[in-house]
Amino acid sequence: MTQKPKVAFYWCASCGGCEEAVVDLGAKILDVAEAVDIVFWPVALDFKRADVERLPVRSLLVSFINGAIRSHEQEEMARLLRRKSQLVVAFGACAQLGGIPGLANLSTRRALLDEAYLKSPSTVNPDRIFPQVAELDETVRPLDRVIDVDYYLPGCPPVPGIISAAVEALLTGTAPPRGSVLAPDRALCEECPRKDSKPEKLLLASFQRISLAAADETKCLLAQGLACLGPATRGGCGALCIAGNMPCTGCFGPTSRVRDYGAKALSALGASIEATEPEAIDAALDGIPDAAGLFYRYSLAASRLTKERSCR
Amino acid sequence: MPEAYEPKIVAFFCNWCTYLAADLAGTSRLKYAPNARVIRVMCSGRVDPQFVMEAFGDGADGVLIGGCHPGDCHYQEGNYKALRRFHLLKRMVKQMGIEEERLRLEWISASEGDRVRAVIDDMVARLKELGPRRRAPSREEVLVG
Repeated sequence: MTQKPKVAFYWCASCGGCEEAVVDLGAKILDVAEAVDIVFWPVALDFKRADVERLPVRSLLVSFINGAIRSHEQEEMARLLRRKSQLVVAFGACAQLGGIPGLANLSTRRALLDEAYLKSPSTVNPDRIFPQVAELDETVRPLDRVIDVDYYLPGCPPVPGIISAAVEALLTGTAPPRGSVLAPDRALCEECPRKDSKPEKLLLASFQRISLAAADETKCLLAQGLACLGPATRGGCGALCIAGNMPCTGCFGPTSRVRDYGAKALSALGASIEATEPEAIDAALDGIPDAAGLFYRYSLAASRLTKERSCR
Repeated sequence: MPEAYEPKIVAFFCNWCTYLAADLAGTSRLKYAPNARVIRVMCSGRVDPQFVMEAFGDGADGVLIGGCHPGDCHYQEGNYKALRRFHLLKRMVKQMGIEEERLRLEWISASEGDRVRAVIDDMVARLKELGPRRRAPSREEVLVG
């Protein structure tokens, strides 16, 4: 009898949404469970680290790791799974690009801990007690700055369609070359249901904030002055946010031609401003109060501004 | 004695104006600080913000973008695109811990060789005053302050 391929799921610095995304496969998850042997999945199954350690090297076909790396423990687990796996898939925006946790890199570890455990308005902590569970690294890193990654599944979280396509491709050995992102390599605008209302040449008088604007539900959001990152973001999600009348926030990350997502997204939107005088440009930009948070929402930790692969 | 700090500037000069101005500065034998590494691009509008991030990521102390004066762009409006991106980029890199003085945009026409000298000398002086870039992100003042 041939053995079923062994698969592991693991989470690092993430919210749990990627685990939820696996469950979102719905009935299809039964096909997956039929086809593979899940040997490690802390959120769902009672296997421990020691069980993984006992496995022979490269005995897992694939490990799906979600979440960024921000503690020593996470780094160790990532290295352990790398040793035991033939393939490692960075699952979701945090593993691929650092994700929301990566925004912590705008601050120091010290400032973050102080804010969370001493200074926040609802905190009373006279003994200055800090959590003792896992020591945080100074910076948050995407998975591929810690271990070699074979494939990336983008999204916050990845949508069921691309997950099942990826699982099938990996199981049948029909996956694209290693290093690929397992989603269509085209901008979201191309699959956007509102693309016909996107003008050939965008000229924006100002940027509106979505919380303050009443967006037309049929027209291109960018053309309405909403900072939609569709032009710079990989498609494959089915334009879910647009369907909810919300601008794209860029969770699918860049296409293959882009090295630094935030800079490219900034480039796309910045060049679309109509004004030509410095003062008027600045006035238009006041609609973007937090540029780093907007353009690097999911990819700050992967910015080319910091390149070191592994430093603690 | 430690060597004096010499800031490294990556300079993106447009083919039609600022690069010619730098050429003119050279043929005029103007003396100016040797700290800028000039990269010729066809237009200041070709300077992708990714290039700027890449330069800073590789350890540049400053990035200088040189283009044609407004209205003089060889491609009509490339320099306006550069200007808009520059304003947005400046806001963003500041949040990421890079001081404003490290990113600079200047309009320098082909006849302004002396302006190339003045701008580079001035930028080097300012960067020397600032000192080397802080390697680790120390940005709490941006967030908390």
